[in-house]
Amino acid sequence: MKQRYVYVLAALLAVIGLSVFAYKWQVLGFPLGEDQERPVWTIEADVSFASGPGSITAQLQIPALTPGFRILNEHSVSRGYGFGTDYGDGGRVAKWTIRRADGDQTIYYRVSVYEDDTVDESDTIPPFPPVPVINEPLKTAVDVLVEDARDHSADTASFTAELLRRVSDPFPDAHVELLLSGVSTDAEFVGAITTMLATARIPSRVIHGFPLSGRQRSARLVSWLEVHDGDQWLYFNPATGEQVLPDRYFVWWRGNEALVDVAGGSNVEVGFAIQENHLDAVAIAETQAAQLGASAVDFSLYSLPIQTQAVYGVLLMIPIGALVMVIMRNFVGIDAFGTFMPVLIALAFRETKLIWGVILFTLLVVLGLSIRFLLERLRLLLVPRLSAVLIVVVMLMLFISLTSHRLGLETGLSVALFPMVIIAMTIERMSVVWEERGAADAIRAGLGSLFVAVAAYIFMGMAWLEHLVFTFPELLLVVLALVVLAGRYTGYRLTELRRFKALRRG
Amino acid sequence: MPGAAARLRDSGVLGLNERNANFIMRLNPRRHYPRVDDKVLTKELALEAGMAVPDLYGVIANQGEVRTFPAIVENLESFVIKPAQGSGGDGILVVTGRSERKRDCFRLSSGVIVSEGEILYHLSNIVGGQYSLSGNPDKALIEYCVHFDPVFADVSYQGVPDIRVVVYRGYPAMAMVRLPTRASDGKANLHQGAVGAGIDMGTGLTMNGVLDDEVVDEHPDTGALVAGLEIPHWDFILESSAKGYEVTELGYLGVDMVIDRDRGPLILEMNARPGLNIQIANCAGLRSRVARIDEIYNASAKPAERAAIARREFQLERGMQ
Repeated sequence: MKQRYVYVLAALLAVIGLSVFAYKWQVLGFPLGEDQERPVWTIEADVSFASGPGSITAQLQIPALTPGFRILNEHSVSRGYGFGTDYGDGGRVAKWTIRRADGDQTIYYRVSVYEDDTVDESDTIPPFPPVPVINEPLKTAVDVLVEDARDHSADTASFTAELLRRVSDPFPDAHVELLLSGVSTDAEFVGAITTMLATARIPSRVIHGFPLSGRQRSARLVSWLEVHDGDQWLYFNPATGEQVLPDRYFVWWRGNEALVDVAGGSNVEVGFAIQENHLDAVAIAETQAAQLGASAVDFSLYSLPIQTQAVYGVLLMIPIGALVMVIMRNFVGIDAFGTFMPVLIALAFRETKLIWGVILFTLLVVLGLSIRFLLERLRLLLVPRLSAVLIVVVMLMLFISLTSHRLGLETGLSVALFPMVIIAMTIERMSVVWEERGAADAIRAGLGSLFVAVAAYIFMGMAWLEHLVFTFPELLLVVLALVVLAGRYTGYRLTELRRFKALRRG
Repeated sequence: MPGAAARLRDSGVLGLNERNANFIMRLNPRRHYPRVDDKVLTKELALEAGMAVPDLYGVIANQGEVRTFPAIVENLESFVIKPAQGSGGDGILVVTGRSERKRDCFRLSSGVIVSEGEILYHLSNIVGGQYSLSGNPDKALIEYCVHFDPVFADVSYQGVPDIRVVVYRGYPAMAMVRLPTRASDGKANLHQGAVGAGIDMGTGLTMNGVLDDEVVDEHPDTGALVAGLEIPHWDFILESSAKGYEVTELGYLGVDMVIDRDRGPLILEMNARPGLNIQIANCAGLRSRVARIDEIYNASAKPAERAAIARREFQLERGMQ
């Protein structure tokens, strides 16, 4: 009965721990490994214009739906201007307003984005466009072209490809030549194609954006064609008719609206600059989680002051050390002094590093033991004797530090943080065992403590484990579940197989 | 490795984890622990139940009372000093006599002569808690020094051999005799190098011994055969240990007894966490015996009946002798 409660409790703890872990990992994107960095692109649009005499309203198309990318943050730099964003026909619009401005003005809009494959084109399905009203003789040219492309295609995708192929033919026929006679920019070219597609009642639009790569001082907008086939948006290279999207193509805005519109200003110019940075994946995940309103971040250790974080970095490893202790005690069956003394020794090793830690620990215990045996002759009472051992340990540490400093060994100095009380207790307990049970038992338990401490140190010092526990403290629930389960382990210990070997049957 | 574990399981061997989780935690309520952990209390309870215990000469309960020691032992030639809450025989001092020249010097069982000052220091350590399980201040008992029965004369080196009976839910399950050696410094503790020899529950005859988890057939110091000794008063020993259950209400209990030359079996102490070495000494596992006791368990059986049942159930077959 009790056994079942233990299993249920352990399962519950593990499920809670693991599901919070999975949520933070998969949904919020917290990294499993440490020091993971992700590229983050910062795109800056600067709008400059000469201010007129009256009030100024500047409008800039800004990213709204960005398939393949997630916006980390955005802000505008514009002194004295009122700022707001709004949803318009082509997506979002940033709007700056000011009552009066003198001279040349420059306002900035900056957005930081990072790649995220889970972001799709989550647009609504567009209605069939109305057949555009086109005047003759263009109407006939469009009709012929559309009719011809329709004959040579099977569906929306192939129709679009066929149309694009005809339009971008290096030796265009008369109809195409006529249609493209007034087209001078890429955007206008794509605009003309959307008109043709609308004639065939295919929803389409022009998209404007940047292929993100490295650093671009003045990035050029690349116009692309987006066609909806009834299920999803398809992307076409307007120049070739290929159905592709450039690598890391970041959509800035859609449709035929002008990128910028400044009412009350003149000589408007827009420039784009792209900067690639690398940001800590944890920071990105936290920003993202904050945007999603996930409360998991409110309890994140990364929100603590750095110094407190450092303390918890160590503290959170103690459960790992305790788990090692449990395994060594109940599954392997190693004798050690005290329940958690090896874990505390392992913590001390963090200061000194392993080899030095073992040497210092052994040295201190051996020296302390010999002095403890001298004290034994004085017949001191228990507490004064323990205190005397403690004082001797402190002086020994001082002596070792000074000596190693003289010898030019800096490591000896870090002994200062070695937990002297722990060592004093070790010495006392070891000496009692030594007298009562003999040297063999005392040395065996001493070595056992050291062995468990080294094992705990190795596990507690694993950087990836430390990162994992620090980023996902809920994993401690899993550790707790394991410890609870181990608490009901009634099988043999490894050392018992040897101890009872005379009793093995068969 | 899994094969080795399976073979141990087949032999019914009880492991430490299982002992702690399934026996001690289930059958031994912590509130009853003082009854066995405090030897003064154990003695009182055992006396009330009409069991034989070594006489108590005096108790030293605090540092101030250490000075009363000479008065307590004034007319005594031999006595034993032990911590009330000690474990594993730690802190026990056996005084077998006094120095011929100086009356305030004592001869220990090892033959060493110590001064009264040294004994007072030892008492201070006991009272200070050096030997207590929890490290808390403790009491020191001064009690009758057992003169062990000559049956063990050949198989013990100094010290007093004692008999450990593991009692499960009031039924004696397994027994062994622990023989002090030179290595154990006269202490009857297997951890410290004493020889343990299993006892046939049916006949009270000893079997081969173990020393440090290895089977031995002779005492390492005297060379005498360990097996085949007949434990005197075997019936009484089994019944007394069965009675230990009524006294302590602990379902998994170790009862330690000594056989005095003049006074017969005396209860030395009881233990709420009896060790598992007894299995090696008996070449048998506790699990199978415990399972058998669970089958025949009868809550209303008297100690004498339970002892008789244990004799019958756990008698070795003649062929194994």
